[in-house]
Amino acid sequence: MSKRITINPITRLEGHGKIEIFLDDAGDVERAFLQIPELRGFETFCLGRPAEEMARITPRICGVCPTAHHIASTKCLDDLWHVDPPPTAKKLRELVYSAFMCEDHFLHFYFLGGPDFVVGPTAPATERNILGVIAKVGLDIAGQVIAMRRKCRELIETMAGKVIHPVFGLPGGVSKGITEEQRLEFLKTAETAVEFAQFSLNLFNDVVLKNDDYVKLILDDAYAHRTNYMGLVDENNKVNFYDGHVRVVGPDGDEFARFAPRDYTDHFAEHVEPWSYVTFPYLKSKGWKGFVDGPDSGVVRAAPLARCNVADGMATPLAQAAYEKMYETLGGKPAHATLAFHWARLVEALYAAERMKELLEDPEITGTDIRTEPTRTPDEGIGIVEAPRGTLVHHYFTDDNGVLTKVNLIVATNFNAAPIAMSVEKAAKGMIKGGKVNDGLLNMVEMAFRAYDPCHACATHSLPGQMPLVARVYDSTGKTIKELRR
Amino acid sequence: MAKPKVAFYWCASCGGCEETIVDLAEDILKVVEAVDIVLWPVALDFKLKDVKAWKPGEVAVAFINGAVRLSEQEEWVKLLREKCSLVVAFGSCAHLGGIPGLANATTRDEIIANKYLRAPTVNNPEGTVPQEKSKVNGFELELPNFWKDVKALDEVIDVDYYLPGCPPPFETVATAVNAILENKLPPKGSVIAPEKALCETCPRNESKPDDLTITSFKRLATSTPDPEKCFLADGFLCMGPATRGGCGERCINGNMPCRGCFGPTPDVLDAGLKMLSAVASRGAADTEQASQDFADSLVDPLGTLYRFSLPVSMLRRRLVPTGDNQ
Repeated sequence: MSKRITINPITRLEGHGKIEIFLDDAGDVERAFLQIPELRGFETFCLGRPAEEMARITPRICGVCPTAHHIASTKCLDDLWHVDPPPTAKKLRELVYSAFMCEDHFLHFYFLGGPDFVVGPTAPATERNILGVIAKVGLDIAGQVIAMRRKCRELIETMAGKVIHPVFGLPGGVSKGITEEQRLEFLKTAETAVEFAQFSLNLFNDVVLKNDDYVKLILDDAYAHRTNYMGLVDENNKVNFYDGHVRVVGPDGDEFARFAPRDYTDHFAEHVEPWSYVTFPYLKSKGWKGFVDGPDSGVVRAAPLARCNVADGMATPLAQAAYEKMYETLGGKPAHATLAFHWARLVEALYAAERMKELLEDPEITGTDIRTEPTRTPDEGIGIVEAPRGTLVHHYFTDDNGVLTKVNLIVATNFNAAPIAMSVEKAAKGMIKGGKVNDGLLNMVEMAFRAYDPCHACATHSLPGQMPLVARVYDSTGKTIKELRR
Repeated sequence: MAKPKVAFYWCASCGGCEETIVDLAEDILKVVEAVDIVLWPVALDFKLKDVKAWKPGEVAVAFINGAVRLSEQEEWVKLLREKCSLVVAFGSCAHLGGIPGLANATTRDEIIANKYLRAPTVNNPEGTVPQEKSKVNGFELELPNFWKDVKALDEVIDVDYYLPGCPPPFETVATAVNAILENKLPPKGSVIAPEKALCETCPRNESKPDDLTITSFKRLATSTPDPEKCFLADGFLCMGPATRGGCGERCINGNMPCRGCFGPTPDVLDAGLKMLSAVASRGAADTEQASQDFADSLVDPLGTLYRFSLPVSMLRRRLVPTGDNQ
């Protein structure tokens, strides 16, 4: 007799999702599915639009990471029109992008994923949120989080027009540069961001790493998967968010592939399941073997820990030191502990802050040569960036007039869709035994997806919304025998 | 006296409207002092059972963002309408249908085929597409259906006020919250934003000639706007003349023309038609060929003039032959 538990919706993430858990006669988990019940269809309703408008339309895929879509789209437009932006334009884009990565990682740590650790995985649901974090860390620190994010977002707004749905990216450059006065002001923001990222790593150290139970939880096999990893790296194989080559390593950490964005279709394919609106990308040469890990599986993980796993290190000194410390504790590279994504996220926030500072200390950043106007005929373009939640691909085809005829979007949470589904199932199997279910256990199942900071709005180019979390246990005739509501 | 209760809810949106509330930054702490937030799914764990337990009228105001496309969203907004004294349509999608409303120029079948069958990276020889009901090794799974049309909030429930913008700037959010707290509300149905067109407050208004004429539109793909000149005078399509002001001219400050997210001014029924009429009357074409060239220079009128407002426009959606399964 099979019983079913439904978690709908999963919470503290961007977008929709529901978890279906099926129990066997003994009350242990037989199968668990993470379903994404939404679809919007940007690939279709963008057809017929002038391609340059994509940098303004696609940020509406996600209001939490609009800058990732804006920059991926803008880079795709460079490629589409065969134009190379001047160095100042590239640096201005990367500056905006670094400020965005920094504030977005803080958002996840303090508002979305962090409450599970800072407040506690089985703390009462009413406290497991940002208000609980404030109660734990104090109003002073909460004020600093808010102020830090505001300053980063002011930088983006000044440079890119709007922070939620930026507008400044154009094929071949940007619409606007910065003044010396602005540079000096932003430099102060960058310096504060570096300090705050270090503070956040210390907080993680004190609250999480000094708590044996949390360390045990992070290293628990219920939260581990030996998968392939992917991410952008620079010419020295260091983590890069804005540009570079895609590097893939296998579960043993050896390089499996390293390729230019243009070649992504040679390496990735997408699998479709009838029970979810999200597609499941995989490594083409390994093939789709189902929701499994191991050396033969084509499943590949993206996002902070994956980026750290594929790289040889971080390109800035403080982040490099934090990176080394992380792998020392996790027992070497690659690390397979899903909950370590939280740690890698903070290492990356520090890199983003240091990178902001580097760019603002570069004299070229205030240059006035900010655009190379395209002159060639557009045909096909591909743009890849590392979004906070993983590798993001924009791929456009146009007619000679630059009007869209085909659009392909593979977003960060797409790449992680299969791993997230696997992690949720494995955590459910590890946490739910003998039919025993309570709010704390269900939250610990949800922690398996929250580590990825998934954005299901992005993944289905869908419509976030929210339903209450309801867990129902059914008997085989579909009769509800137990109902829990958080 | 008890603090007024306020609910935030999201339907078919991108999450940007939630971010604009988070962007109240330090002021959010003042809001928390002045009101009780009784529903805010992105950050707090209040649930459907809590909403169902409210007495009708117990909650002062619900701010609802996003367009409506799922029956599940319809149920939520109807419940909130029943329980809340005021409903505010928050942001372009709830107000006008928004960018997801451009899907009304396509069909459900096209969306499914492009995503799951025709995408360059999809490997799907069996032609699998997501199903409302499916079985995996005997386990039954369900997905919600979605409507063939995207709808604005007031096509589904009665709406008291509108906060325009994609997303609404946090300054206008603060204005609206204060108006409600101080009970200084405008007439029902008002859009809480200035009544004048964006051009009136545009920092480039001085450079807009009274006898503006346009011979041909430039593309942003291949031309760069002058950092100070009126976009229309510079030859770029800008929705400023047909769009309500109050956005803080943020896109303009980013040196990019307006795309109309604040929707039409109060005297205008259809923003796209208004802009088309404005453009047509400014066209400096004196021969048939020149007229044709001028019209051709405006690439994609539908997606530009109705970027945010297709579902509430007079067009509403692309016509589909009767009997087509969309």
